[in-house]
Amino acid sequence: MDYLYVLVFVGFAAAMTLGGLGISRLLAPHAPGGLKSEPYECGEQPVGPSWLQFNVGYYIFGLLFLVFDVEAAFLLPWAVVVREVGVAGLVEVAIFGAVLLVGLLYAWKKGALQWV
Amino acid sequence: MSLEPQSLASRTAAAVDAEPWMAIAFLAASVVGVAAFVTVLGLVLIYAERKIAAHFQCRVGPYRVGPHGTLQAVADAIKLLLKEDVVPAGADRLLHILAPVLSFAGMVLCIVALPLGPHAQVVDLDIGVLYVAAVAGLGVIGILLGGWSSHNKWSLLGAMRAGAQIISYELSAMLALLVAVLFSGTLQLSGIVLAQQEGWWIWRAHGAGVVAFALFVVAGTAEINRTPFDLAEGESELTAGFHTEYSGLRFAFFFLAEFLNLFVVAAMVTTLFLGGWMPLHIGQWAAWNAAMDLLPPGLWFAGKAAAVVFLLMWFRWTFPRLRVDQLMRLEWKVLLPIGFANLFFAAGLVVSGWYFFPTDAAPTAPLPAPAGWPSDGAAP
Repeated sequence: MDYLYVLVFVGFAAAMTLGGLGISRLLAPHAPGGLKSEPYECGEQPVGPSWLQFNVGYYIFGLLFLVFDVEAAFLLPWAVVVREVGVAGLVEVAIFGAVLLVGLLYAWKKGALQWV
Repeated sequence: MSLEPQSLASRTAAAVDAEPWMAIAFLAASVVGVAAFVTVLGLVLIYAERKIAAHFQCRVGPYRVGPHGTLQAVADAIKLLLKEDVVPAGADRLLHILAPVLSFAGMVLCIVALPLGPHAQVVDLDIGVLYVAAVAGLGVIGILLGGWSSHNKWSLLGAMRAGAQIISYELSAMLALLVAVLFSGTLQLSGIVLAQQEGWWIWRAHGAGVVAFALFVVAGTAEINRTPFDLAEGESELTAGFHTEYSGLRFAFFFLAEFLNLFVVAAMVTTLFLGGWMPLHIGQWAAWNAAMDLLPPGLWFAGKAAAVVFLLMWFRWTFPRLRVDQLMRLEWKVLLPIGFANLFFAAGLVVSGWYFFPTDAAPTAPLPAPAGWPSDGAAP
């Protein structure tokens, strides 16, 4: 029933936004075209297309994020049962975390965390 | 008389066989309730932000529309409804519509899982913490789509920045969340609140709670792109970032989602570290606890959430915006190591039972209700 409710509210969010946009379309003026549909670049004429190749300097952070987010997903079940698994579990998770932290230190040393 | 939290979804489930009409009534009540809550809270937050900003700058703020300008936000909403919805030439029209929908959906799905009171929660998922962290990610997708589909270089750059920032700070937020989960021993949000029956984690956890609280507030501010972390829409460099090309009601939905995400972060901070709707209990001090129980739980929640919202607004008008390199350095070289150290410190505390009023296991059975709680199921 819980997830059914979640599904209901997915529909609710879509209905509220799309319904609102529909009402707005009925009430608001609608005259597309002309200069107002040009991409707004502070009054300059846009040069070239906007979907261009550029150096996404953030990709290395994306990779690191993936590693640590998956780690967090592994830590969640441990956090729930930490009282039952006790010291042994803590040591195991510490080893797991240490391996990943070595990776972070490596990236740090290599200068991957340095924004240029 | 029981303090056992009861979500609207579980009441529907209980009523669905015996009284199907009641089940439909609960469903309708929750949908109408969430719609009203989202709308009213959005307007209140926008008004509060403008008034607080004004007073920080020795101005008066909105004052003309309605008494003390209280209807200003309503007037703005009507204005945005009546404005033309301009889509730039060359934009990906489908994704351009989808982006605000996703942002808004991520926010609504977070709100339905929040325990606003023992009986004021729509869905009480047993993996609540993970669920909120997951659906909050829909907002990032909305921002990335919005920036990309606009066919505007500023939007694209803003969206890329927002993506990098939000995923980076999500790690610190997760590590801070994990501390509360460690101490509570459950992922269920109502269970985390119940686990703070004898005190809030912020003070009961021998320092680990305070550090996690601070981490979560900083990471949460970055997650919702608020100053000092609003590089994604830094108006002095990127015009308006990912929503440069949004106008009319589409912009309004981005805006509403942003403001309500502020509440979502405040509510999560409240639930995880400030006891949620739990009054300020101290251990087994019966007289003290009974005195604290005189205030209804809904009021406790509202007060704590409002305090955190005010703190975040205070940040906005106090700190200057960071640069991109400072932003990344703060997360990866400062917050992440602190978060890890704090997590293992907290785990050590839990395993050794070294915190105030330790419990052996997560409270699964309903706890005895303190005196003064409402016995009926009325939402506070």
